Amino acid sequence: MTKTRLRQPSEPTGEQGSFHTATDHRLSRRTFVAGAGLVGATALAGCLGTDTADAGSLSGEVAIAGSSTVFPVSVAVAEEFRAEYPDVQVSVDSTGTGGGFGNFFCEGLTQINDASRPIQPEEEQQCADNGVTPLEFQVAIDALTVVVNAEADWVDCMTVDELRRVWEPNGAERWSDIRPEWPDEEFELYGAAPTSGTFDYLTEAIVGEEDSHREDYQATEQDNTIVTGVAGSRYAMGYFGYAYFVGNDDANIKAISVDDGAGCVAPSLETAKAGEYSPLSRPLFIYVSQESLSRLEVQEFVRFYLESSGTSLISDVGYVPMPEEDVQANLDRFESIVAQVE
Amino acid sequence: MATRTSPADETETGTGTVRSGADWQAGEHVRRWPGRLFAALTAGATALGLALLGVLLLLVTLDAFAVFRPEPAWLDFGFLTSAPSRFPDRAGIYPALLGSIYMALLLSVLTFPIGVGAAIYLEEYARESRLTRLIQLNIANLAGVPSVVYGILGLALFVRTLSLPNGSLLVGAATVGLLVLPIVVISAQEAIRAVPDSLRQASYGMGATRWQTVRRVVLPQAFPGILTGTILALGRAIGETAPLIMIGAPATLFLAPSGVLEKFSAMPRQIFAWSDAPQPEFQYGVVAAGVVVLVSVLLVMNATAIYLRYRTQR
Repeated sequence: MTKTRLRQPSEPTGEQGSFHTATDHRLSRRTFVAGAGLVGATALAGCLGTDTADAGSLSGEVAIAGSSTVFPVSVAVAEEFRAEYPDVQVSVDSTGTGGGFGNFFCEGLTQINDASRPIQPEEEQQCADNGVTPLEFQVAIDALTVVVNAEADWVDCMTVDELRRVWEPNGAERWSDIRPEWPDEEFELYGAAPTSGTFDYLTEAIVGEEDSHREDYQATEQDNTIVTGVAGSRYAMGYFGYAYFVGNDDANIKAISVDDGAGCVAPSLETAKAGEYSPLSRPLFIYVSQESLSRLEVQEFVRFYLESSGTSLISDVGYVPMPEEDVQANLDRFESIVAQVE
Repeated sequence: MATRTSPADETETGTGTVRSGADWQAGEHVRRWPGRLFAALTAGATALGLALLGVLLLLVTLDAFAVFRPEPAWLDFGFLTSAPSRFPDRAGIYPALLGSIYMALLLSVLTFPIGVGAAIYLEEYARESRLTRLIQLNIANLAGVPSVVYGILGLALFVRTLSLPNGSLLVGAATVGLLVLPIVVISAQEAIRAVPDSLRQASYGMGATRWQTVRRVVLPQAFPGILTGTILALGRAIGETAPLIMIGAPATLFLAPSGVLEKFSAMPRQIFAWSDAPQPEFQYGVVAAGVVVLVSVLLVMNATAIYLRYRTQR
C-alpha cells in the first residue's frame, strides 16, 4: 500500500500498484465497454439479414413438428422450398406424432403437424378447444419395416399372427415360443415410444386394438437407437419406417417379410405401392391448421408440399410418392379450402 | 519396524538406543510410501480423465475431417456457412451456430447483472439471518435441478403465461439463463468472498464508505473470478439441449434468427437431429463436424475468459 488517502476523481493518477489506482478506472470502463458491446451485438443481431438476395415475394415463418417418420420428408420439402422462397423461415422438429399434436399443433404453436397415423378424437377435441381446425393431407406411403439381426439365419418371414404373439401384451418371451425349431433364446425388443405414430400403427395393424402393445421393450423416439440395438444383438427385433431401413442398409440388420395370408411379401417401395405389403403399408400425413392458411407463406408452403408429394423427392427419402390423381385431388381440395379462408 | 511411524514413538521409548542411519532411513521409507502412493493415484486419475477426453476429441476430429475415408472433409468452410440439408455433403450448421452464439450473448446480458447483483448483495450488504441462509440454501439447490425442469418452467412462464413466441431466441435465452443463474451467483459469491477482509478494513479505515469500498476495492479484486464463473456458466448454457426441446426450439431451420422474437435453433439441437437421420453419413460425418464446431466455440469462449482474466489481473 503506497497511498494513504483516497484519490479524488479529478486527481491525475501517477502510480500503479495500489489496489485503487487508475487500473480500476480502466477496468470499470472496460467492463462497461464489454457490456455495451454485448448489448450492441445483440441489438445488431436484430438487423443481420442472412440473405441479401431480393426474394421480396414472401417472408414470415412456417413451423412444423410431429412424426419422426415424416420428419425427413418435411426437411426435404423445406429445403426445396427455400430455393424458391429464401426469406421464409421454415422450422422442422421431430417430436413424435402425439407429442406434436398435444404440445404444439393443438396449442396453436405450429401450423403443420407431421403424422404417421390419423389424428385421434381426443386430439381433435384439444384442437377444437383452442380454435385450431386440422386439415388432413396424405403425402406419402410407408412400408413399416420389422427388422432382425442379420445373423438371425433362422427367420426370414413371419405371419401376422406370429408377429402379434411377439408384440402383444405379455407376448412371447423366447424365439422358441413362436416356433419350436427356433432358438431357445430370449427376445430383445426395440420399438417406438407410445407417443409415436409408428407405435400406434404397428399396434393396430398387428395386434388389432389400440394401446395393446407389450410394455417390456426398449421404447425410443430415436429410430437409429433401434437400428443400433438390433444390429448389436443376434436375438433382437425392432421396427421403424422404411426410410430408416434403406438408410441403414450397411448396418447389421435385415428386414422380415410379412405373410398376411397371401404368402411372404418383403417390404419395398413397389410392394407398398401395389398394396401387397399388408398390413404394414401405411399412409403418412401432414395436418395443416386451417386458420393459418390466411398467411400467404403457410399457404404457399402447403401447396408446394402437396405438389412435391407426387415426385421423386419422396422416393429419395425412402417412401412411396402419391399417385398423380391423388395429388391432384389433394390440390383441388386445398384450393377450395383456401378460397373459403380468403 | 513398521510400528515406528512417528517421531513421538521414538522419544517415548526413552532408552536412548542409538539408531543406525540405515535403520532410520528404513523408518523414513515406511513413513513416506503412503504419500507417494497417493500422489501416484491422483496423477493417474488426472491422466485417465485427460486421456479419455483426448481420445474422444481425436476420434471425433478424425471423423469430422474424414481422415481415413475417401470422401472430402465434412468440416469445411461451407459447413459453417450453409443451412441444413437432406444431402449429407451439403449440410451445414450456419443457422444453429448463429442461434447458439446469439443465445449466449443475449443470455449474458440477461443473467450477468442479476447474478452478480445478487452475489454482491448477499456477500456485502445482507446481514446474516435466517432469511439469507434460506436464500443461500435455495440457490445451492437450484444449481442442482435437472435442466429439463427449467425447460418446463420456461414453457409455463414465458410461453404460456407471458405469451412470448415459443422457440424464440428470447424465450430460449431467458430459460437457459434461469438455468445458469445459480451458477453465476455462486461463482460470483465465491470470488467476492475470496477478497481478503484486510483490504475492506483498510478501505474503511481510510474513511471510505461501503459503496466506495465495494466499487473500488472489492469488485476490482473479485472481477477476474466473477468473469471466469460467468464464462463457465455460458459454456454450460451453450451445451444445453433439454430445455430447448421443452420450449419448442426446432431441431432444423434454414435461416439464422433475425430478431429476439424469431425462432432459433441451437447447435446441440441440430447435432441431435442429425444423429437420428436415416443416412449413415449424417451419423458419423456430419454429426462429428457439428461436435467439433460446438467444442471449438466452447474452447474459444474459455480462451477468452482466460485472456480477460489475465488482462484484469495485471
